[in-house]
Amino acid sequence: MIAGLVSGALDRGALAFLATLAAIGILVPVLNLLVPATSPFYLSSYFVALFGKYLCFAILALSIDLIWGYCGILSLGHGAFFALGGYAMGMYLMRQIGTRGVYAHPVLPDFMVFLNWPELPIYWYGFQHFAYAAFMVLFVPGLLAFVFGWFAFRSRVTGVYLSIITQAMTFALMLGFFRNNFGFGGNNGLTDFKDILGFNVQAPWTRAALFMISTFALMLGFVICRVVVSSKFGKVLVAIRDAEARTRFLGYRVEAYKLLVFTLSACMAGVAGALYVPQVGIINPSEFSPGNSIEAVIWVAVGGRGTLTGAVLGAVLVNYGKTYFTSGVLAPYWLFVLGGLFVAVTLLLPRGIVGTIHQRWREWRERRGAAARVPHTAPRAAE
Amino acid sequence: MRAFSDRFIALVCALGVLAAVMTAARAGSYEDGLLRFTADSFDDTIEGINAVATSGNPLAASVIGALQEGRLLFSADSKRVFIRETPSDRLIDAATGEPVAGSTPSDLAPVRLNNRLRRIIEAALGGLTLMAPDPGKRFEAAQAVLKSKDANALPALEQAIAKESDAQVKQALTEARAAVVLYLDNAPDADKIDAIAVIRQRGDQDALALLGGLPATASPAVKKAAADAIASIENSLAFWTALQNTWYGLSLGSVLLLAAIGLAITFGVMGVINMAHGEMVMLGAYTTFVVQQVIRARNPALFDYSLAIAIPLAFLVAGFVGILIERGIIRFLYGRPLETLLATWGLSLILQQGVRTAFGPTNKDVGNPSWMSGSFELGQITITYNRLWIIVFTLLIFAGLLALLRFTRFGLEMRAVTQNRAMAASMGIRTSRIDALTFGLGSGIAGLAGVALSQIDNVSPNLGQGYIIDSFMVVVFGGVGNLWGTLVGAFTLGIANKFLEPYAGAVLGKIAILVLIILFIQKRPRGLFALKGRAVEA
Repeated sequence: MIAGLVSGALDRGALAFLATLAAIGILVPVLNLLVPATSPFYLSSYFVALFGKYLCFAILALSIDLIWGYCGILSLGHGAFFALGGYAMGMYLMRQIGTRGVYAHPVLPDFMVFLNWPELPIYWYGFQHFAYAAFMVLFVPGLLAFVFGWFAFRSRVTGVYLSIITQAMTFALMLGFFRNNFGFGGNNGLTDFKDILGFNVQAPWTRAALFMISTFALMLGFVICRVVVSSKFGKVLVAIRDAEARTRFLGYRVEAYKLLVFTLSACMAGVAGALYVPQVGIINPSEFSPGNSIEAVIWVAVGGRGTLTGAVLGAVLVNYGKTYFTSGVLAPYWLFVLGGLFVAVTLLLPRGIVGTIHQRWREWRERRGAAARVPHTAPRAAE
Repeated sequence: MRAFSDRFIALVCALGVLAAVMTAARAGSYEDGLLRFTADSFDDTIEGINAVATSGNPLAASVIGALQEGRLLFSADSKRVFIRETPSDRLIDAATGEPVAGSTPSDLAPVRLNNRLRRIIEAALGGLTLMAPDPGKRFEAAQAVLKSKDANALPALEQAIAKESDAQVKQALTEARAAVVLYLDNAPDADKIDAIAVIRQRGDQDALALLGGLPATASPAVKKAAADAIASIENSLAFWTALQNTWYGLSLGSVLLLAAIGLAITFGVMGVINMAHGEMVMLGAYTTFVVQQVIRARNPALFDYSLAIAIPLAFLVAGFVGILIERGIIRFLYGRPLETLLATWGLSLILQQGVRTAFGPTNKDVGNPSWMSGSFELGQITITYNRLWIIVFTLLIFAGLLALLRFTRFGLEMRAVTQNRAMAASMGIRTSRIDALTFGLGSGIAGLAGVALSQIDNVSPNLGQGYIIDSFMVVVFGGVGNLWGTLVGAFTLGIANKFLEPYAGAVLGKIAILVLIILFIQKRPRGLFALKGRAVEA
């Protein structure tokens, strides 16, 4: 049944996209590890880490596109779910450091020793097990999204109100995580990781494996989103996006649909954060800042909301642009570019890159179809 | 009390006689004391202090004051002591009080102090200055004795109280005496209970500390009186603390209202989400900075009027930028609130970076005019003038805006467009012009907020970001489309924040407020003062 669902959900374009991702997932590590550094095809480890980061952002963009593009929920707090997933992974990585920390404490992470914590807080229990941490990566963002969404959707908080309170949510979390007594490392966050599942996080092979896993996660996320949006459930989501009240009057339980897709999206964002942390080697409260979440929304807008490939493309393109600008002499102008992007995309390119291409393609086909029909219709009209 | 005063008179008489005898017998003890300072040993210095303090010499206070501040120099070779005057650095011979003529000894060194000596000096100064001619000094001395509870100061206190003419100082002296009596081992209970009554009248933290620190040896009656007094003082302190928190809350509320009031127009009335609203506030603050820079460079005498000049300019600058934004971007996005949100966020990034490029990323120094600095006391709370003026300014803006909406043609047209755009248009109102002007008005008010906030906050490119979420919370909490809701919302949030802070700390208090608002929106999605009836659908 699942196979049927999946094969029904994937059209030619989606398959081509997945194939491209798979090719990237295999080629990049191969070109990094097996090709000698002198070869023109060699990809540096820096590039692998950078591109791995983009892939995580692409998963986050997918999760935002799922709710914004298909259900009309503009969350300005998705960075919070991303960061929570990241923190869950970071806690696992902290517990793996063990006695190799600066203070060589067998149980407590360095920052807790430094702050004179007598023992591990209860919510840190169990994070030495990878399976538990992996579960928490899904569970914590999912739970927060469920509780938050349950309150918000049930009382019909919609549109910009929802956007603003999601922003307030991530802002409140940021303030909280900045505090030392929350037990998540304060403003330094969690860093100085050593091992993941026994492999050194710095080693090129580990990085290549993380890159492949990220690619795979992105492919999986894409397939899940495709299945969701092309199912009947997805059609209802689109109906909610376009006319929420009418959908409710038709007898659909709008709150339940929204809550389910919002929670699913938060879990995806959590996975993105969990994959992001070992690749960049740090997680700190600035990931919760409202600016980050809004920036993620603009990736989707640039690529094209309501097109899943667009979300992925947008995330990679905008972040590549950010790296390009902020690493050179143009650094002071990056915010001008980013700000201009916000304005230009909303004013001039409301469908985003992929959406606009789709539309042009359709128009072109229609015109060609119309042109082909003209000879047949004209004589008939003359009769 | 009678017994006490009898004994007190007897004591004063005895002391007076003693003092007279001592002055006669120990003529020159002042010079002896000075000599002790040249020995460079702590014990000798203590004796020197006592000798000088009890000598009755008019120079005694300045010698010991100089000693406290490390300005008392001695020369071991010539056995002379000098006071270095500040800020002239002139040397005064401590023995004669005359400026030193000619060459000074080469081995001058300050008389050394340690903590034990510092306490003795304070006690000595307290006793000496109780009789000082300046009432301010006498008051300070009384406060010092109140803290030190030094039994040795009692005779001097009694004398000073008898002579005192200034009511405030007399009160302080009486309280100081009560503190001393309370801690005197051999004073009768009746006296101690009287002392407790005096201290209870004082009713502040110091009084609480005095009563709370009572030795365990005190009799049950005294202890009971003290416990009663503590309870009563705590009650009144709780009242003042509540009042203080309310004041802080009003002050914070006025800041929130200032930042939110422009938003109440653009978001509340027009329904436009302007994420660049905080940047309008920032532009207002930078306008103030530029005005002050120009005034500093051209005509420093006008500095006190800098804010008066900045207010209209900030309104114009921010309002003009607002109109540009409306004409250039927002008018293409009406009916698409989420897109408006993203576009204006982008604008806020551009404006921030623009200001950062033009003025640099560092905080700019915006000065307070003289009439805005300083503070005054009201009962037991301190009120600073800048906070007070900001509250006044905020309320003025609020009243002005209400009047504008209600009594002017522009206000009428604005309300008409808000309520029914199509009807307003068919009545001949140029709706797009009203849109632009309304947005300009909201932005201009944000600029005014910037002028006020430049007085209490850091003027940096990030100034506006700190206010944007709070302002949205205020508008959403108060109810969209209702200025009174914004007013009530701002002050409620401000006061709630300040009352939560002592329990939860500043950050947790803020988090608690955010969570409460999120929960509140669940209950009343349209805010505290929701529009009812047809207006909801518009």
